Amino acid sequence: MAFNTEKNTYTVVFAAIMVVVVGSLLAFVASGLSGKIRENERFEKQQNILYAMGVNENQDEGSVNFVPTTEVEKEFASYIKKQIVIEGDKVTEDNEAYLIDMKRQLEVAKSGGTPKLPLFIGEKDGKEFYIIPMYGKGLWDAIWGFISLDDQMVVQGVYFDHKGETPGLGANIKQRYFMDDFTGETIMKGTQYAGISVAKGNNDPLNKIKDDNEVDALAGATITGNGVSAMISETVKLYKGYLQTIKDKG
Amino acid sequence: MALLSKKDTSLILDPLTDNNPITIQVLGICSALAITAELKASIVMAISVLFVLGVGNVVISLMRNIIPSKIRIIVQLIVVAALVIIVDQVLKAFAYELSKTLSVFVGLIITNCIIMGRFEAFALGNGPWKSFLDGIGNAAGYGVILVIVGFFRELLGSGTLMGYKVLGDPIAKTGLYSIGYENNGFMLLSPMALIVVGIIIWVQRSRNRALIEEN
Repeated sequence: MAFNTEKNTYTVVFAAIMVVVVGSLLAFVASGLSGKIRENERFEKQQNILYAMGVNENQDEGSVNFVPTTEVEKEFASYIKKQIVIEGDKVTEDNEAYLIDMKRQLEVAKSGGTPKLPLFIGEKDGKEFYIIPMYGKGLWDAIWGFISLDDQMVVQGVYFDHKGETPGLGANIKQRYFMDDFTGETIMKGTQYAGISVAKGNNDPLNKIKDDNEVDALAGATITGNGVSAMISETVKLYKGYLQTIKDKG
Repeated sequence: MALLSKKDTSLILDPLTDNNPITIQVLGICSALAITAELKASIVMAISVLFVLGVGNVVISLMRNIIPSKIRIIVQLIVVAALVIIVDQVLKAFAYELSKTLSVFVGLIITNCIIMGRFEAFALGNGPWKSFLDGIGNAAGYGVILVIVGFFRELLGSGTLMGYKVLGDPIAKTGLYSIGYENNGFMLLSPMALIVVGIIIWVQRSRNRALIEEN
């Protein structure tokens, strides 16, 4: 080699070139693929919303299969009748409401502002579903999901997902046996909006009791489970006003 | 001429047995504990490391004569990180489902000491072809242990394999559970992975006494 690789100037020049080369390579890859990635994320949101209202391609009792990405846009348009944004007392329709970032809105709510809360009204077999997006914290990172309610505040379906919960433990919140437990539970405790907690000692592993506001927890995933409970109750709290008007009507 | 000389073959096969990265070199233990609660996660991690270590070893080996020795660790880190980010972005664009399964592992690959260990110990001093074989061999040796640990942890901890209930249903009490068998929840926690790795080390060293270190 013609260079003396031990010299300080060489080291600095090498580092500078390396940074430029690697940096531009990564920027090139990221910007080249960002359109495709954003589209995938949009489809995924639509799939999740449809999943929560029971529009999916589940085959057996363990599978979680979404509507295929090629058809999701069509299906979304046909099942979701209305997308609304609730801002304080003001309710507006917005066909891009599903793209609203719940994380930002929760921060707004926490700092005392008026959040823009998206809600999706779906219709399947003549029945109306009210689907609410949720966002919260698990053990390692973010967790989020969608919960669909009927006009009596009984859960019709949920979908949970997470960024980085432990595989085999907290990551199991997106398994069928956990999500299916929520179906049929009510978020009401008497006349109060209570949410549903993930409880360790609820002594109901088969989930036969539907009015206890509790589902059976996952072994070894206490913090993730608590995160799910907190996520549901925090979200329900924000939507309380609007949900009451639905309940009064129904 | 054969594609692989005798020395080349040993580069691939040794890490699978007598020079295993986890049980003998004691590299990559951290990820072996973290992600082996499920067999599927173990397999996915093994494949990801196979790719990153194979390609990374070649890249480092090609650059070995121009890397300044003072900053070689940083250069190695940048190469791994860049590779991992590219893989992550490509997966997100073309295999979105898979990229979601991989999410946690991608970060873990960067910190996997096997990768830095092999860059440092092998790729910096050998040609690209040999380095590629070394990378594949070590990643495979790592993968084998991961799959073994994942197999036992998922089977004994959850009674499933790849998500399928192979021992029956623990709640409806069918299969093995009808005669009183219970899942061992301890198996899902990381310390049990260490114990399983320990048992593998024990079995391996009692079969081949040459591997036992003298203090």
